[in-house]
Amino acid sequence: MAEGVKRLQTPLGRVRGLGSARSGTHHWWMQRVTSIALVPLVVWFAAAAIGLAGAGYEASAAFVADPVNAVLLLLLVGVTLHHLAAGLQVVIEDYVRAEGVRLAAVWGVKAACLVLGLFAAVAILRIAV
Amino acid sequence: MSNDSREALMVGRRSDGSVVRRPLSPHLQAYDMLQMSSLLSILHRASGVALTAGVLLLVWWLVALASGPAAFAAVQWFLGSFLGLLVLFGVTVAGWYHTLAGIRHLAWDAGYGFRIEQMYRSGRLVVIGTAVLTLLTWVLAIVAWVS
Ligand code: HEM
Repeated sequence: MAEGVKRLQTPLGRVRGLGSARSGTHHWWMQRVTSIALVPLVVWFAAAAIGLAGAGYEASAAFVADPVNAVLLLLLVGVTLHHLAAGLQVVIEDYVRAEGVRLAAVWGVKAACLVLGLFAAVAILRIAV
Repeated sequence: MSNDSREALMVGRRSDGSVVRRPLSPHLQAYDMLQMSSLLSILHRASGVALTAGVLLLVWWLVALASGPAAFAAVQWFLGSFLGLLVLFGVTVAGWYHTLAGIRHLAWDAGYGFRIEQMYRSGRLVVIGTAVLTLLTWVLAIVAWVS
């Protein structure tokens, strides 16, 4: 698309690729990587949730205890929470103007996602191991 | 003028190149929110945020399952209640919509589907696909439940 358009960026700026935020495209890139990883994980999870509809305690615990299911659940939870934290961060940055409030909200979301992820991981491992 | 860097997003140009202070995209004031492009765009954001409810339910379900039968019975009771089923249904719609619209986003990121008629076709596919997958999910889940 940009063929024929002269670059306004200096060669050094292009090599560094960091931009004004000093972190380059890492955040954007990780949002794409997690999106692609989530496609198969979400489809698997939908199938799993359908199979578990109406299942009782024993059957549900047996499902999570299966090593393959446990690993896929850990992946799903980890990738989803990374994607969610990054996604909510962008939403907050778009709508919250006051610097302090914005920072507090982003950190709050990240902390909450980390704690949720740890709870889920401990629960899965406790059932499966 | 303030020192806020987002003021940079308020510097537009008229077609003759002269500068005007108005919001650049994306900005709600600049869009007709009932046209497909902007409606599907904001719904992708809304569905992503709404899926937070699904994450909370999943974590609650897992922690309860790890805690024992009594805690698990409480989640199952909630999920089977009217409110619980309503939330589950909402999460199903939001989940399939966000997944399909997300794949559409990834195609754009790879440089595909920008022509206006392609954009409308993929948009319709996303909406129809969401309806079909939501229906399929619930029919299969109800079959699994009763059997
Ligand atoms: C198959 C699964 C998924 C795919 C393909 C996907 C794809 C995407 C993409 C491409 C974006 C970036 C949109 C943009 O740049 O404007 C995004 C944003 C987002 N996603 Fe997902 N996603 C998936 C699952 C999820 C899940 C499970 C959640 C929540 C638990 C979630 C929450 C969000 C949020 C909150 C945003 C930010 C919305 C925004 O910036 O407008 N996504 N997703």
